[in-house]
Parts: sequence; structure tokens; C-alpha cells
Amino acid sequence: MASKRFNALPGFGLTMGLTLTYLSVIVLIPLAGLFLRTSEMSAAEFWRAATHPRALAAYRLTFGASFIAALINAVFGTITAWVLARYSFPGKRFLDALVDFPFALPTAVAGLTLSSLFAKTGWLGRYLVPMGIEGAFSRLGIVIALTFIGLPFVVRTLQPVLEDLERETEEAAATLGAGRLRTFFTVIVPTLLPAILTGFALSFARAIGEYGSVIFIAGNKQYYSEITPLLIFVHLEEYNYAGAMAIAVVMLIASFAMLGTINLLERWASRFQL
Amino acid sequence: MSGRVKRRIRESTNKSQRGADETPLVKWTLIGVSGLFLFVFLLLPLVNVFAQAFAGGIRAYFAALTNPDTRAAIGLTALTAAICVPVNAAFGVCAAWAVAKFEFRGKALLITLIDLPFSVSPVVAGLIYVVLFGLQGYFGSWLSDHDIRIIFAVPGIVLTTLFVTFPFVARELIPVMQATGNEQEQAAMTLGASGWQTFWRVTLPSVKWGLLYGVILCNARAMGEFGAVSVVSGHITGLTETMPIRVESLFKEYQSTASFAVASLLAVLALATLILKSWFEWRQERQFSSAQIPEPEVVDSSRPGRP
Repeated sequence: MASKRFNALPGFGLTMGLTLTYLSVIVLIPLAGLFLRTSEMSAAEFWRAATHPRALAAYRLTFGASFIAALINAVFGTITAWVLARYSFPGKRFLDALVDFPFALPTAVAGLTLSSLFAKTGWLGRYLVPMGIEGAFSRLGIVIALTFIGLPFVVRTLQPVLEDLERETEEAAATLGAGRLRTFFTVIVPTLLPAILTGFALSFARAIGEYGSVIFIAGNKQYYSEITPLLIFVHLEEYNYAGAMAIAVVMLIASFAMLGTINLLERWASRFQL
Repeated sequence: MSGRVKRRIRESTNKSQRGADETPLVKWTLIGVSGLFLFVFLLLPLVNVFAQAFAGGIRAYFAALTNPDTRAAIGLTALTAAICVPVNAAFGVCAAWAVAKFEFRGKALLITLIDLPFSVSPVVAGLIYVVLFGLQGYFGSWLSDHDIRIIFAVPGIVLTTLFVTFPFVARELIPVMQATGNEQEQAAMTLGASGWQTFWRVTLPSVKWGLLYGVILCNARAMGEFGAVSVVSGHITGLTETMPIRVESLFKEYQSTASFAVASLLAVLALATLILKSWFEWRQERQFSSAQIPEPEVVDSSRPGRP
């Protein structure tokens, strides 16, 4: 915007100063405190705490369950975004509004209601448990909770891309003799892929840090269904600060790596939009 | 042109494009699959909250909610939100003014830093405050010498909630303020308005729906935050339990109905948030299309990463 070059608006110093001060006090200094405190540990001490077998089991579980949940969301989220963007049918507006529900519902409530649904006496559990599908107090429960909280990401990333997709290219493919399925895989999927991957990464990044919804449904058994954030919590309760901080630093590095990946994916995805 | 209008045009042209459509069988299968997925994962859990809350009858429901410890939890949640939402809204307005109205080096970095709390696990968010203010923390011995409690007390709950709700208002307001540009403010200044007058009479009215949108999302998270608060709360019944923590402790005591009763209040909050959110979104879109301002990119507030 050209007008910004001759900016006569006041308040830059004041608002910038307040922003930086508040940002430092609430976010930057506390985060730096964690890294500083962890750096007081010796390298061997840090390594022992960060790679303790119990911690390794927790990482495997957290990343594995998050990956599966993000994959489920990528598949069903793509279908849902497609349906919402392309078709009209009764109840569509309701479904569309419902997609945001996991963003608004407190995670503790999500965990509580999911564990009661999939428990032996729950609405779904009473049919699933006799079939051998234990949704509550199991690893499967973790995947269920993480699918719930990550559900909106793929849909909401993909929906605007689908709505802006030029239908002319699909028609061109159709007139050139391509069947609908071939058009889908050779024309539509390549265009959507960056957005699907971005949605997948957002859903995954959200899942690895999730705590509230999971602990209600997981059963929280050591080495089996204990997720990484819970292990940090347990270490803190035992006053094992070193253990908690080492694992937290590992988690933070993983989160920041995801943040960088997502930024790259979004830059890649934006090249596909006009 | 607003998104709504664009969509309408697209829908009207779609009818003539038979060559690039799926067969009805494929269409209804896809609708069925996504409908079933959303039914199991979203609608059933929602309905289940209320079914379980009222499983013991209306009287048990209200008895659960009027329990003194539960009332204390509701009070603490209201207090926390009453502090965190205005503070973060004021910060959001400041940050949006600095970022949207001025050009400076490192702007992208600043926006990334503002979004940072979304990428941090709630438990880690709680932990960093324990590291600062806990008994073994940096200021722990000084605080205990002066008999000031932050961790396992209300100040800790407020601080961690400030952290996790930090980005909401700023990240909603920045794109809205960028879209409105500087021309109107500069015109007001040329006509002799002071900076504050310009802000109150020109800027604020043009972004108020975006601001409200950020505020209700911030409020929903402030009232619903569980992980971060759980780390610093200490779970002292009647004193440091917020509503989500109360849900957990009742669940652990096998008081299912009471737990779901508290959860039902939070579910109502979530539903009200969704309804208000759509309404504010619609108002903002209408205000922009009548002022012929291009629509800013809609931002999902709870996603990690940059908008």
C-alpha cells in the first residue's frame, strides 16, 4: 500500500513498546527460562533423562498415535471438505458449522464424553466392546481423542482451496476424454496435495502436544498408554524437575520443527493459488 | 466481491457443467461417509454430554451444580476469564495497530513470535511457569521468603491462562486491520482529529466485529483450558479448581453425573461460542462488502503456525 510510505499515523512507539514488553514477560522470558534451566544440566544428565526407556515409549506412542490420527483426518477430512465445497444437500449448513466444534469444546469435556461413549456401557462401546474393539482405556482411545481434536484442520485448510478450484480445468480434462476418476487423480489431487499435507501437518502438530482429551480415555498405563505430555506431568508431581524439563525441551524442539515444516508447506501451497 | 456472492455465481454456473460431475451414486456415498464420520466423532459426543448430565434426573443435575466446591470452580473460571480476556484483548489491539498500520523490519518474525503459544503443548506452558515460580524455580526461594504463592494458587492459573490465550485477539485483528488500510485514519488526522479520536471513532468501529470474534475465541479457551492450568493448579478442591479441573476431579471420584453436569456448562459455552463466531463473521463480511474492502483471509484461530 503506497500510503504507508508517508505514514502520518501516531502510536507506533507506544503500541510496539507495549507489545514487545508484554510478549517478553508472558511468552519469551518464561520459555527462555526453561531452556536456561535445562542448560544447567550436564549433557549426560540431559541425555539420560530425555532418552529414558519410559520417555522413549512415550515418544513412540505420542508420535505414532498422532500420525495415525492425522492420517485418518487427512482421508475423512478431504472427503468432508469435498462434500461441503461441491455438493448441496439437506443439513449441509449444520454439518459445516459442526466441523468447528472441536475448536470450541474444552479438551477435558471432549475426553470425558469420548471415554464414556466408547466404554463398555456407552452408546458405541456396548456394540464395539463385544466385537473386541476397546475404544476406552486403550491405545485406540488415544487415536480416537486425537482424531477428534485434529478433525477441523484438514477440512478448514482444504475447503477454501476446493471452493477456488477452477472447474474449467476439470471440464477440459473431461472434453479431452478423461474419465471422472482419471480427472480426479491426474488433475484434482495434484492441485490439492499441498493443502492436504498442510492440513495433515497442522493436525499432527496439534496432536503431539495434546493432553486434556487423551488422559480421560487412555487409561494412562506406564510404557503402554502414557503420552509424553502426561509423562512431563507425572515427573513434575514427583518433583523430578530434571526429567520433566528434559522431555519438555524435546517436545518444544519437535513443535518448533513442525512449525517450520508447516510454514514451508503453506508457502508451497500458496504457489498453487492464483 | 464477498465470498458469498462468488459462491452463488459459481453454483449457478455449475448446473451447466455436466461433463465434470460425479454420478449420483458416488456423490451420495461420499456424503454418507463424511456424514457418518461427523456423526460418530462430533454429534454423538456432544449429545452424550447432555444425556449423561441429565441421566440422574433434573434434580441431581442442579444438585451437582449447586455443590459449594463446584460453585467455587465456576467462580474461579469466571474470575480467570475476567482478567485474561481484557488483558489479551488490549494487547491484541496494540499488536494489531503496530503490525498492521506500520512497516518495519522483522515483522514476519514478530507475527511468528505472537503465534508461538499455539505451538507449545499446554503441559509445557504450565511447566515453564513452574520453572520460574515453583519452589525449586528461579524466583522460588525469594517468593517463599516473602510469603507469595504463585504456583498452586490463583496467580499461577491466571498467568498460564494468559500464556495459552495470548495470540487469539491479535491474530484475528491483524488481517482485519491490514485489510482496512490507513486511508481513513489519515483522512481523519488531516481533518484535525487527535490520535485517540482517530482510533476510537475510525479504527475501532471498522474492526469491531473482528475484535469481538477474537474476544469470544479467547474467552472460550480461557474458560476451557485444562492442561496448562492442571500443571499449576495443585487441584485444591474449593480453592484452585477451575471448571475443567473440577470435571476431572469429579470423574476421578467416580461422580459421573456431577462431572458431566459441569461438562454440560462448558459444552453450552462451546455452542454459544460457535453461534456468536458465525454471527460476528457474517457481520464483518457484510461491513467489508458494503465498504468495498477486500475480504481478509479468514484465520483458524486454534491452529498452530502462521495464518
